Amino acid sequence: MKNAILKKEKLDDFIKIMSKDEKVIAPVLKGNQSYTFTEVKSADEISLKYLPTILPPKKYFMPQHETLIEYDKRNGQKVHCVVEVEDLVIFGVHTCDLAGIQCLNMIFADRPKDMNYLIRKNRITLIGLECNSYCDEFASCALMGNHIPKGGYDLLFTDLGNYFFVEINTRKGEELIEKTNLFENADSNHQEELNKLRKLKESIFKPEVDIDKNEIPSLFKKKFESKIWEDIGERCLSCGNCTNVCPTCYCFDVLDIPDLNLKTGKRVRVWDSCQNEPFAKISGGESFREKRGDRKRHRFNRKFRYPVERYGKFFCTGCGRCSRTCMAKIDLKETIRDLIKEGN
Amino acid sequence: MEKIHINNSGYEIVPAKIVSTRKMTEQEKIFELKLVHGLSLDHEPGQFVEVSILGVGEAPISVCSSPTKRDSFEICVRAVKDGRFSNAMHNLDIGDEVGIRGPFGVGFPAAKLEGYDIIMVAGGLGIAPLRSLINYIIDNRREYGKVSLLLGCKDPQSMLFADEIDLWQKRVDINFSCTVDRGAPDWKGNVGLITSLIPNVNIDPERTYAVVVGPPVMYKFVIKELLSKGIPEHQILVSLERHMKCGLGKCGHCQIHNIYCCQDGPVFSYNNIKELKGAI
Ligand SMILES: Cc1cc2nc3c(=O)[nH]c(=O)nc-3n(C[C@H](O)[C@H](O)[C@H](O)COP(=O)(O)OP(=O)(O)OC[C@H]3O[C@@H](n4cnc5c(N)ncnc54)[C@H](O)[C@@H]3O)c2cc1C
Ligand code: SF4
Ligand code: SF4
Ligand code: FES
Repeated sequence: MKNAILKKEKLDDFIKIMSKDEKVIAPVLKGNQSYTFTEVKSADEISLKYLPTILPPKKYFMPQHETLIEYDKRNGQKVHCVVEVEDLVIFGVHTCDLAGIQCLNMIFADRPKDMNYLIRKNRITLIGLECNSYCDEFASCALMGNHIPKGGYDLLFTDLGNYFFVEINTRKGEELIEKTNLFENADSNHQEELNKLRKLKESIFKPEVDIDKNEIPSLFKKKFESKIWEDIGERCLSCGNCTNVCPTCYCFDVLDIPDLNLKTGKRVRVWDSCQNEPFAKISGGESFREKRGDRKRHRFNRKFRYPVERYGKFFCTGCGRCSRTCMAKIDLKETIRDLIKEGN
Repeated sequence: MEKIHINNSGYEIVPAKIVSTRKMTEQEKIFELKLVHGLSLDHEPGQFVEVSILGVGEAPISVCSSPTKRDSFEICVRAVKDGRFSNAMHNLDIGDEVGIRGPFGVGFPAAKLEGYDIIMVAGGLGIAPLRSLINYIIDNRREYGKVSLLLGCKDPQSMLFADEIDLWQKRVDINFSCTVDRGAPDWKGNVGLITSLIPNVNIDPERTYAVVVGPPVMYKFVIKELLSKGIPEHQILVSLERHMKCGLGKCGHCQIHNIYCCQDGPVFSYNNIKELKGAI
C-alpha cells in the first residue's frame, strides 16, 4: 500500500477543501482541558494535541437520541422505519477511539443486524491520529494494546514534526487524497522516521497494570464475589457518567414520542445506563442488579470478561474517560490493581 | 440530516387485529390476535413477541397459544400497577390494532422433548408461556410419555385459564394437580406452596424433562425439589423473565452475565445457567 505525507502548513487547506462538500468533525478545545468533537471549517480550530474528548465519536455512530420509526395511527398501525444520516468526515480520532468504534461495529453487525447503525457508519469517513505519547495518567491504552493503530480508519495521520505521515488504508481514503491534491508520496526517509517514532513509543507505552491481558477475564471471573465491588458500590453515585462517556457502552432504551396531535409520532432510541437501578427491573418488582456494587461489577465484567467470552474482544479501549469523569473517583486501573492485590 | 427509509429494520412492526378478548381475572386479559394479510406468526412454544401500541410503547409478551393453532395467536396481559403499556393494552378491544415484532428468542425444544415424560410446573403468570407448550403437547399427545402439570397461584380467584384447567383436569392423559397459597371457602384443592406438589409425582428421572416457569422466587425451590427427585440438570428447563427493550440482543437490559435473555433465552436448561450468579 502506498503511503503519503501532508506538510503541516497544508492541513488548513485539507480541512477547508473537505468542508466544502461534507461536514468535517474534529477535536476542539471547549474549556479548561476539555475537548469535544465538533464541526470545524479550518485547521486553526482543531486541537492536534488533546485529551480524550468528553464524549467519544460514538455520538456520531449511535446518536444519543435517534429515530427508529415514524408512525401514523390515523389509519391503522402505519409505520416507516427510518435512519437519519449525514455524510461526515471525522478527523483526528485517536487509536483508542478507533478501537471503540470497532467494538460498536461488532455489536451492531452481529445478527440480528442493526441497520440504523450499519447504514450510518458507511456514511462516515474516519481519519485517525496516532498518539505519540500518553494523554494523561488515566489512560490504559497500552494494557489494551490500543496505543498503536490496528485499522478502523480510512486514513491515519501520524505527527512527525513538520509533516504528517499518512497511511492510506482504504479506497475512500485514497479518494480524499486524490480529491484534495495536497499530499506527496512518502519516501523511505519518511518511513524511517515513522519507524523511529514507533520504536520510541515502545519505550513510552507500557502496560499500565501489571497483568497479562489474557489473564484479565479469569481475574474478573475469580473475583466475582470480591468485597471490592461492595466497596466501590458504596462510593458510586449511580450517575451514569461512566457509561455515557465510554466509547464502547451502547445500552439503550426505546420509547415513543407522540406529536402534539397524538396521532403521529416517533419511536426513538436513547442512551441508557446499566448503572441506573431500574435498568434490570421487571414487572413483578424484582431488580436483578439492585445494589450499586452489583451494577459496577456488571459494568466492569462487560468490559473485561463477558464480551471476551461472547465476541472474543475486550470492550475497554483504555481511553480512561470513565476514571477521568467519575465524581466518586472510582478509577479503572486502580480497581484492576486492587483485584489483583486481593489475591485469592 | 437526511432521512432514509429502510425495509429491513429490526424495529419494523406487523399490524395485528384483535379478534377476540377475554377477561380472566381482575388483572389479566387474553387477546386473540390476527396478523394482517393472513400472515402466520410461526412461533415455537415459549417464544415471545414485542407488542406495540404506537404512542405508548412496546412490551415483551409471551405467546400463550400453541403454534398448532395457525391462523391466530393469543397473548395474556397482566395490568401492572402504573404500567403504561399493560394498562393501555387492557383498554383495547375487538377490532383495534396493535403492532407485533418477533417471535423472539429460544422457546421450549418441543421436538427434543418427544419420547420423554414431561413434568410442567407453573406459578402465577408463568402459566401463560407454558400454555403454549401444554396445548402443543396435547395436540401432539402421542409423541410424549407421561405428562404431568403442576400449577400454583396466590388464591382461587387469581387462577388463570380456569375453564381450560377444568378441561385439562378431566383428561386421562394428563396428570394434573394444583395448589393455592391461600384457600377460599369453596376451594376443594390443595393449599400450600407449589413445591409441595412435586413429591407426589411418580418420576422416572432419567427419562423425564421438567419445565418450570414462574416468578423469580419460585425457581430455586422448585429446582431443588426436582433435583432431589434425580432429574438431570440438563433436563430441567426454565424460562426467565428479564427487563427487555429491543429483543435483538443489543439494548443490554436483559443481560445475565454474557447471555442475552431475549436471544439466548428466555428458555434455558438449568445446567447452562446454574453457574451464573443471579440468573436463578
Ligand atoms: C420474555 C417475557 C415474557 C413476558 N410475558 C408476559 C406475558 O405473557 N404477560 C404479561 O402480562 N407480561 C409478560 N411479561 C412482562 C411484561 O413485559 C411487563 O409486565 C411489561 O413490560 C410492563 O410494561 P408496562 O408499560 O405496563 O409497565 P411499566 O410502566 O413500564 O413498568 C412497570 C414495571 O415493569 C417493568 N418493566 C417495564 N418494561 C419492561 C420490559 N420491557 N421488560 C420487563 N419488565 C419491564 C418496570 O421495570 C417496572 O418495574 C413478559 C416479560 C418478558 C421479559
Ligand atoms: S461515573 Fe462514577 S459515580 Fe457515576 S455511575 Fe460511574 S462509577 Fe458511579
Ligand atoms: S471502560 Fe473506561 S477506559 Fe475503558 S473504554 Fe470505557 S471509558 Fe474508556
Ligand atoms: S432485550 Fe435488548 S438485549 Fe435483550
